[in-house]
Amino acid sequence: MNWEIVGIWLGALVTLCLYSFLYRDNPYYKFAEHLFVGMSAGYWVIYSIFNVLIPNWWDNMLPEGGGFNWIWVIPGLFALFMLARMVPRIAGLSRLALGMIVGTGAGLNMLTFFQSNALAQVKGTIFSVATGGVWSIFSSLVLVVGVVSGLVYFFFSKAHTGFTGKTANVGITILMVAFGASFGYTIMARLSLLIGRCTFLLEDWLPTIPRLLGIGG
Amino acid sequence: MNRLPAVILLLLMLTAGAAMSQSGGPPPGDEVRSAALEQRVSGPMELEAVDSPDDAGGAVDINWLMEAEGTVPDSLGVIRTGPSGEEELLAVLPTGTLLYRDTTPLNGTAYSYSIVSYYGGEIAGASGEVQAVPSAQWLYRGRVGMMIILVILTGIILFYIESGKKGRELYIREIAGLAAVDDAVGRATEMGKPVLYIPGIMDMDDIQTIASMVILGRVARKTAEYGSPLLVPTSRSVVMSVAQEVVKEGYIQAGRPDAYNKENINYLTDDQFGYAAGVDGIMVREKPAAIFLLGTFYAESLILAETGRSVGAIQISGTAMPSQIPFFVAACDYTLIGEELFAASAYLSREPKLLGSLKGQDAAKLFFIILIVVGVIAATIGQFWPPLESVAEFLRDLVTVN
Repeated sequence: MNWEIVGIWLGALVTLCLYSFLYRDNPYYKFAEHLFVGMSAGYWVIYSIFNVLIPNWWDNMLPEGGGFNWIWVIPGLFALFMLARMVPRIAGLSRLALGMIVGTGAGLNMLTFFQSNALAQVKGTIFSVATGGVWSIFSSLVLVVGVVSGLVYFFFSKAHTGFTGKTANVGITILMVAFGASFGYTIMARLSLLIGRCTFLLEDWLPTIPRLLGIGG
Repeated sequence: MNRLPAVILLLLMLTAGAAMSQSGGPPPGDEVRSAALEQRVSGPMELEAVDSPDDAGGAVDINWLMEAEGTVPDSLGVIRTGPSGEEELLAVLPTGTLLYRDTTPLNGTAYSYSIVSYYGGEIAGASGEVQAVPSAQWLYRGRVGMMIILVILTGIILFYIESGKKGRELYIREIAGLAAVDDAVGRATEMGKPVLYIPGIMDMDDIQTIASMVILGRVARKTAEYGSPLLVPTSRSVVMSVAQEVVKEGYIQAGRPDAYNKENINYLTDDQFGYAAGVDGIMVREKPAAIFLLGTFYAESLILAETGRSVGAIQISGTAMPSQIPFFVAACDYTLIGEELFAASAYLSREPKLLGSLKGQDAAKLFFIILIVVGVIAATIGQFWPPLESVAEFLRDLVTVN
């Protein structure tokens, strides 16, 4: 048995099953969907055990050189707390672990977000707009006006009326233009994915049919 | 007089010895000469070793200069002597290197460092030894500017929270997408169809997922009040656990704990497109009348939003992912753009604490607008009048994080 052809056929059939959704929901799509969800869920369980749990927790608690790092018992306990949800009497313990995850996530992200989404943007906008040619000056002005009016749009303490409203309108207009450009750009990237899939069907899968039927060269 | 030959011999020996010492190196005619000793090789000098600043310890920065005269060595070696006196060659560096960071020392332990230069496979020169003790620092000086701004903004937020608690009315403008939440749930109730809530594909350490959970609480309370089923498929197990807690809380607050069904909040898969396929399946089979797509989304956003549209559901979406917002704008009825998602919790709950926080964030935005406008004016005029350029430079430094 040629396993390469088996792989190509499996890939092609599952691809066609998934694309059949474009017509309507049907048993073939359901089969591919359940296969996809089930296999990926199983894959991620194993992936998490061998790429997250063992290297990040187990190997730190029991290092290769011997010894026992008791501090790593704490995250282990928190992990057990998560499983406590299955026992109604002690289900409340899971809230400790959830609180830890949410609190740590919010705290750590606060610095990252503030740094990259606020300070870095402000720094990048403080520049001279009177440099270069006419087009460069125009671009610089659009950037500065876009940033300031965009910030005004996200101002929640004041109704969008009068001068604030007009500035906010400029902000949302510039945002929408940017979204339109981003939309077109991303669609092109998605089309390349579709082309890749079509190429697979036409160039890898289709030629195997005559070979299996014993016709052609 | 018989001592005269002995004195002459002694003088001759001393003269020969002096002549040899002046010539330097091994005596002429020695066939086994090291290449290093044949010529003067440039050696390392002015060696310094200091504890790496602004770190958690465990690192020493070593820097040195090279003698200007002499032949360039083949390579340089960094030698460390530990507290036990054992020498260790840390690294062999190419010629021209003038600094090295040792990232293997233990905090609080004194180490001696020296640099040697190699020529022709032999040590041709060595610096003296210098000592350094690595240690951890409490303060990262590169982020002091950010800390000052954060402290000021936190103070403003706390001020507004206190104002809100004291009963001061805090105005928040209408956010269209959030005003439609109740209508969407009401529509689902009238049609006798479920509400589908998709909290994105990231975990609970993502700030957008956290914001999404707050809105889920509100949606859960509404669905409990109206008696509509609420479906929440998740792509992360922890998100599922949190979502179950949040929905349960919402049902309890609405006085309908009996209507809470844990099975409606389930885990599909961590895989991005596996999750998209699963949610698409739920959409076409359950045909929800209202779909909420709130959280972090990537390439699956359009797949989900288009399928939701095809089943005729009213869709309210929201994300802070700039590349996905266009798809939501195109395919959904209402879209919360960026920060509107984070403002949702305050808008929906009207709690003074959250409203105060939102007011504080608005103050931060005003601060940044002023900073940008002043900075741009200063930088632009500073081109022609230099003193103002220093103002722009100061403002840039203020927001710079090293």
